[in-house]
Amino acid sequence: MAASCARTVGSFLGKCGSCSSSISAVTSQLSRQVLSRQICVSSALRRKNLAAAGPEKYTMEYIKKQVEEFDIGKRHLANMMGEDPENFTQEDIDVRVPCCLCGHPDQVFPKQRAIQWGEDRRPFHFLFYTGKQSYYTLMHETFGKILVIEKYQDRLRAKGLLTKDIKQISLSASRWLKKEELEELLVENISIQDYNRFIQLMESLLSMPYCTIEEEFVLRYRQNLEAQSRKQAMPVLERDERGVAFSTADGRRKTSDSTVTLRDCGSGRITINGRDYLQYFPVLQDREQLMFPLQFMGMLGRFDLECTVSGGGRSSQAGALRLAISRGLLSFLSDGEMENMRQAGLLTPDPRVRERKKPGQKKARKKFTWKKR
Amino acid sequence: MALHRLSFRLRQTVTHVRSLHTSGCGQQQEATAVESEPEPFSVFRAQENDPACQSEKLIGQYYTLPPAHIKTVFPHGLPPRYQQQIKTFNEACMMVRSPALEVISYLKKTDFSKPAVRYIFYGMKGSGKTMSLCHAVHFCYTQGWLVLHIPDAHLWVKNCKELLPSSYNTSRFDQPLQATEWLRNFRITNEPLLSKIKTKQRYIWTKREFTEEGAALGELVDQGIARVKSSSDVVGAVIKELRLQSGQPESDFRMAVAVDGVNALWGRSTIKKEDKSSVDPEELTLVYNLRKLMKNDWRGFDSMDPFIPVSVPNYSEKEFESCYLYYMDRQWLQHPQSRTEEGKKEIIFLSNKNPSMMDRICAFL
Repeated sequence: MAASCARTVGSFLGKCGSCSSSISAVTSQLSRQVLSRQICVSSALRRKNLAAAGPEKYTMEYIKKQVEEFDIGKRHLANMMGEDPENFTQEDIDVRVPCCLCGHPDQVFPKQRAIQWGEDRRPFHFLFYTGKQSYYTLMHETFGKILVIEKYQDRLRAKGLLTKDIKQISLSASRWLKKEELEELLVENISIQDYNRFIQLMESLLSMPYCTIEEEFVLRYRQNLEAQSRKQAMPVLERDERGVAFSTADGRRKTSDSTVTLRDCGSGRITINGRDYLQYFPVLQDREQLMFPLQFMGMLGRFDLECTVSGGGRSSQAGALRLAISRGLLSFLSDGEMENMRQAGLLTPDPRVRERKKPGQKKARKKFTWKKR
Repeated sequence: MALHRLSFRLRQTVTHVRSLHTSGCGQQQEATAVESEPEPFSVFRAQENDPACQSEKLIGQYYTLPPAHIKTVFPHGLPPRYQQQIKTFNEACMMVRSPALEVISYLKKTDFSKPAVRYIFYGMKGSGKTMSLCHAVHFCYTQGWLVLHIPDAHLWVKNCKELLPSSYNTSRFDQPLQATEWLRNFRITNEPLLSKIKTKQRYIWTKREFTEEGAALGELVDQGIARVKSSSDVVGAVIKELRLQSGQPESDFRMAVAVDGVNALWGRSTIKKEDKSSVDPEELTLVYNLRKLMKNDWRGFDSMDPFIPVSVPNYSEKEFESCYLYYMDRQWLQHPQSRTEEGKKEIIFLSNKNPSMMDRICAFL
């Protein structure tokens, strides 16, 4: 079943032959770390890759055919998996066949504009000859909303119910769409000045007191910011025989691994690999790294640290220990303090590793002596 | 006058003192005020400057070494960083700590008819062993003992510029430079006693130079300083004399030997002979003689007493507190944050209450 499943998937991939190269390009980018941070892996990106690969124009019939075939394939897959063919969503596909990178054709093929004029070669849209019809429609629409709000304000003023303290739209959790995102939404190119004018107009709309009427319209053009305070994986707070609270945490940096046990005893003693930390880290800089999380939270003399560390060099061991200490400290802190730590950068593992040496160069970046001739 | 000085200090640090105008009753009032107030600036200063009278109550407090003593007792004994500190602060304040006090109390109770006891200060790097040794040496000096203080045995065992084959014993090597330097310092330290001690033997240095029996030890030392080539042998002779004489009941002086870095006498040396083979410490005259001294047969007994180890730990809470207050008093901590509670906690963390580490950290604050 798995084999036949794979074959179907293979034929699937074979059909989208022209986009296979783009998929391989996308695969190389989809490493473990980047998967969580896919920024703008949208049709905009794929559009660029496809431009290198195959022909740009896809006719409507071609796309329709692709959609039908995709649906049929999806139903086959559902049948094989034993799921209900009707309610088999894209998420189910991703869960069942994680290697299937070919999504719905609407996502794979770029959004293209249908032919804008009819058989008598007269354009459908009244703003066609401006060249940027969707952009100008949008601007007109926005201005229309502004007029609506003004009329509403006038009416209220006439009735005498004009109040200043009204709920405003909460804008803290979102940002304006970027220029590329707006282009993708409007399916046409706009210039920087156009984009700025649009943002200005929206801001002026927001400056009016009763803009909450058009909240839904405004939010359409705002992008939610990514989850700010992602819940960190907190280590468990345990208690040992004497009733002392302690927690254990790990940390990693470059090639060092460390484990730290924080005990809430009340003395400030630190042991690393069985040795005193003054002996282990004779350099002041490393001890400052160890001190940073505790000092930031103001808990310097409170904890007893028992650490083990291995691998890497002096600095990376200190960095690994620092991360482990911050993580261990999480279980003793409140949420607000955890947010402070996160913003201070104490909880982010440092992703920098040693860059590989390239052939044709002396080291990772250093090139051989350049000779003019 | 002393009262005036005291109140002047008060004026600098304590702000709520009334202005002092010279009037008899006014000064007396100030005096009583001084006694009744807790005297924040001198919590860490001991009133006893004499090591003999210092008791355990004074642990953690600083006592001042008189400048005259420093020049005589410690021409070469103090660690270089401490010497810089003396120059900066214009005074030599040493902290009274328990290892030194312990050894001093043992020294007070020594029974001179028994073989000499050896005490070893041991501890982590920078925990204050040399300073404790100097404290004990100061005590010995104030008691009028003869002090044989070798500042750093490591200096004799490495980085030697000149190495001469010994005139006395050809298998051994001489170090004239270090020997003369040490003899010079020895003379400065023990001037009064050198004229009293007489040699018991005749020493022949070259065909024309010799030292008669019964000459003062001072002459022997001068001979060594003058004749650089035979200085190591002079050192050997001095040591032999002292060893023989300190045991006799008729001698009226006590001797104390203090060697810093005594483990160098038995370790490896970095000196190389001309054929690049390394020299054993045994083959150096100075080291050989010193080892004989360490051997504890001053009475002629060959019994090797076990050492009494005295551990020198890092500062305790109280000691750290007093060191911190001392630096504050001397305006050594300039950084505004170092004067706060959190700054103090940071210093504790970063130095782990190790004296030398704390000194280094506070140096740039």
